[in-house]
Amino acid sequence: MLDTAQARPPAPAAHPEPIIEMTDVSISFPGVKALDRVDFRMFPGEVHSLMGENGAGKSTIIKALTGVYGIDEGTITVNGTAVSFAGPAGAQEAGIATVYQEVNLLPNLSVAENIMLGREPRRFGSIHWKAMRARAAELLAQLRLDIDPASLLGSHSLAVQQLIAIARAIDVDARVLILDEPTSSLDADEVAELFRVIKNLKEDGVAILFVSHFLDQIYEITDRLTVLRNGQLVGEYLTEELLRIDLVQKMIGKELATLDDLSTRVKQTANEEDDAAVPSFVVARGLGKRGTIEPIDLTIGEGEVVGLAGLLGSGRTELARLLGGIDRADAGASVTIGGAPTKLRTPRQAISKRIAYSSENRREEGIIGDLTVRDNIILALQADRGWFRRIPKKRQEELTRSYIETLNVRPANPDALVRNLSGGNQQKVLLARWLAIAPRLLILDEPTRGIDIGAKAEIQKLVYSLAENGMSVVFISAEIEEVLRLSHRIAVMRDRRLVADIENDGLTVDELLALIADGSAVDEPELPATTTPQRGDGS
Amino acid sequence: MKTLVARAFSSRLFWPVAMLVVLVVINVIAFPGFLSITVKDGHLFGSIIDILRNGAPMLIIAIGMTLVIATRGIDLSVGAVCAISGAVACSIILGSSDPGSITTVATAVAVAVVIALVLGLWNGFLVSVIGIQPIIATLVLMTAGRGIAMLITEGQILTVNSPPFKAIGSGFALGVPIAVLIAAVIFAVAALLTRRTALGMLIEAVGINPEASRQAGVRARGLLFAVYTFCALCAAIAGLILTANQTAADANNTGLFIELDAILAVVIGGTSLAGGRYSLVGTLVGALVIQTLVTTVYTVGISPIVTMVFKAAVVTAVCLLQSPATTAAIGRWRRRLAPRVAVEVAS
Repeated sequence: MLDTAQARPPAPAAHPEPIIEMTDVSISFPGVKALDRVDFRMFPGEVHSLMGENGAGKSTIIKALTGVYGIDEGTITVNGTAVSFAGPAGAQEAGIATVYQEVNLLPNLSVAENIMLGREPRRFGSIHWKAMRARAAELLAQLRLDIDPASLLGSHSLAVQQLIAIARAIDVDARVLILDEPTSSLDADEVAELFRVIKNLKEDGVAILFVSHFLDQIYEITDRLTVLRNGQLVGEYLTEELLRIDLVQKMIGKELATLDDLSTRVKQTANEEDDAAVPSFVVARGLGKRGTIEPIDLTIGEGEVVGLAGLLGSGRTELARLLGGIDRADAGASVTIGGAPTKLRTPRQAISKRIAYSSENRREEGIIGDLTVRDNIILALQADRGWFRRIPKKRQEELTRSYIETLNVRPANPDALVRNLSGGNQQKVLLARWLAIAPRLLILDEPTRGIDIGAKAEIQKLVYSLAENGMSVVFISAEIEEVLRLSHRIAVMRDRRLVADIENDGLTVDELLALIADGSAVDEPELPATTTPQRGDGS
Repeated sequence: MKTLVARAFSSRLFWPVAMLVVLVVINVIAFPGFLSITVKDGHLFGSIIDILRNGAPMLIIAIGMTLVIATRGIDLSVGAVCAISGAVACSIILGSSDPGSITTVATAVAVAVVIALVLGLWNGFLVSVIGIQPIIATLVLMTAGRGIAMLITEGQILTVNSPPFKAIGSGFALGVPIAVLIAAVIFAVAALLTRRTALGMLIEAVGINPEASRQAGVRARGLLFAVYTFCALCAAIAGLILTANQTAADANNTGLFIELDAILAVVIGGTSLAGGRYSLVGTLVGALVIQTLVTTVYTVGISPIVTMVFKAAVVTAVCLLQSPATTAAIGRWRRRLAPRVAVEVAS
């Protein structure tokens, strides 16, 4: 087992020289070191993946390779020659092509036009249509795709559009192909088709960088992995030599617990509650959404903190959004709240049942930046009361003042515009908005992301005391220690499925990591767990 | 004192009010009797009263437009709705056996208003249910509306002889033009309805961040229906005033380009076209600036040929002064100036 960046796995026998080699590369933004002396290399004929959680530096590396960002320190060599890209065009000339997550093509043009856009063959100064279609057909044939080059791009499925984007990319004689989350919106058959194309390209000696959140896919298609964490290199590994649990551990890392006392307290409560069965508040059966998450059974007890664990893209946010009525679940889902069957079709309906969902996307889905702290806090309560029954001015002031005090919002000015507050204080205002509706179930999606350690501790304490007072909480965090510390019970998601639902009864970080990676590592038969069956996994 | 100046400068209303004051001063210089108001036959007369009366229809529409713009929308169909409501009212009055009776006029007004409400619901439907961009959704009715008005008038200019109807446009009550009273009532209703209830805050929330508002449980769809319907209602009332003033319904020309003046009034009043925070008082000032400008063109004796160019120049100036770039530049200039002033005082 390799644990340090120094001991690199050997180069492949067929192509011992890397086509891309980044050495000691650092990139800084004001206040952040996005990449810190990172080494990264790619070999021809290999599929390589960058692994890491949010902010690990994956996209920074991609942007450095595609010439979007310049590098501050270190070197990048392509085929042995040092390069410095002046922009995306420079990277393309060096043979590095990229297909992004969102297909950047024009649906109202033909497939051929899309493939050849910007480098149309010309004759007598105008486009040589026949040559263009011929060249496009050739490229499609190279990928063994049976697509009419004259058909409109928009008439094809997203998956096919993605493949066409790849055809476009390899036309620039790409020796390196970067695929950024190419499978996020594809179904199983489409993924298989994409993998077939990737394998073809690999045989032709193209170096492929495949970035995906899906562990199963990573283990199916990649040869080599580079793991990053917080902008630093953790190491380079051969996929077949790295166990899933080790991979997840390397991605997430371990941080020192800042609130250990809380964790022991939670565990005590968990033990007590084992004796007196917790009355269930929300019982969801078959809650799912096609293309988002598989149907899931989940029960949330009164006063219970349920942690949703899983990697980014595992479906944890999608499940939370269904519970909060933000997205509409497929027919067939049944949800009862306090014993009564309920439909959670809109956020409004959820709020009327006293279910609050606090989005992970604070800026776009949470705060109303140009409104005051006061208006932001009372918004959900006011919306629930209707247009005309305005909350009396005096009550507004009381509510605002009490939440500013309890949550320690700075500046403590109800008339300040929320967009001028720091991230942590914006998060507190958002929490106050949800607490103001006196929720019975509070769904917190990454409430502590991107906020400083002090505010983080305050929010964790708050979650703890809310649950003590009988409020149910669903808690999502990328920080696994935080989930363990606060949750009575943990539901583990992987690849859009619920893979485990267990009491947090002395669960360790390693055990939870094992569940996140494999969903099958905890084998204690007396545990009151419901582990759903799953497809065979690759480790 | 200094803080007062600073606050005045930073107020969104500073430049529109300043512009209004400048326009009034120009008028007073060119025509010393500009500010005088006389009483004739118990009615108020004077340039100011003329500005208020002539500006009333545009102000009424601008009030509705303010709320639409606050939701990130826009309503281009108001001019066409003016024409339709005028055409409906006039054809009902013409078709009645007793055009001069109050009942006939009340019926005509009521039917015109109801039709406008339906048109407003149509706009609201296109924007909120179908999800068409507001500028396109209301362009539909802007184009089709004049055609509908033509159908109602059968291509004629319908001239009516009905004293009660005429009074809506040019009559007086309590010494004040009725049109001005109507505008004042609508302004008060809009202000109370949005600021004494939660409507105003919720409209702003939807305009600033629609998705966050939805997740907070705000019924954005209902709000959009409400603002577009209210805007159409305002347009219908403005159309009735315009038609009554001319005592004729002209499907082609009633309310022509009034949507542009109304949008301008809203923008000059400091409400951003990007939606969000709005100011009805700002819109009032904006409407007064535009109407005073029109009057100024006449009092100063600018040739009607260049009227439009003059108007454009003034509007450009106001918008430039309100722009963030100018605000920042003025801030720098004042900071640079401030210490020097202090030194002068000290010496």
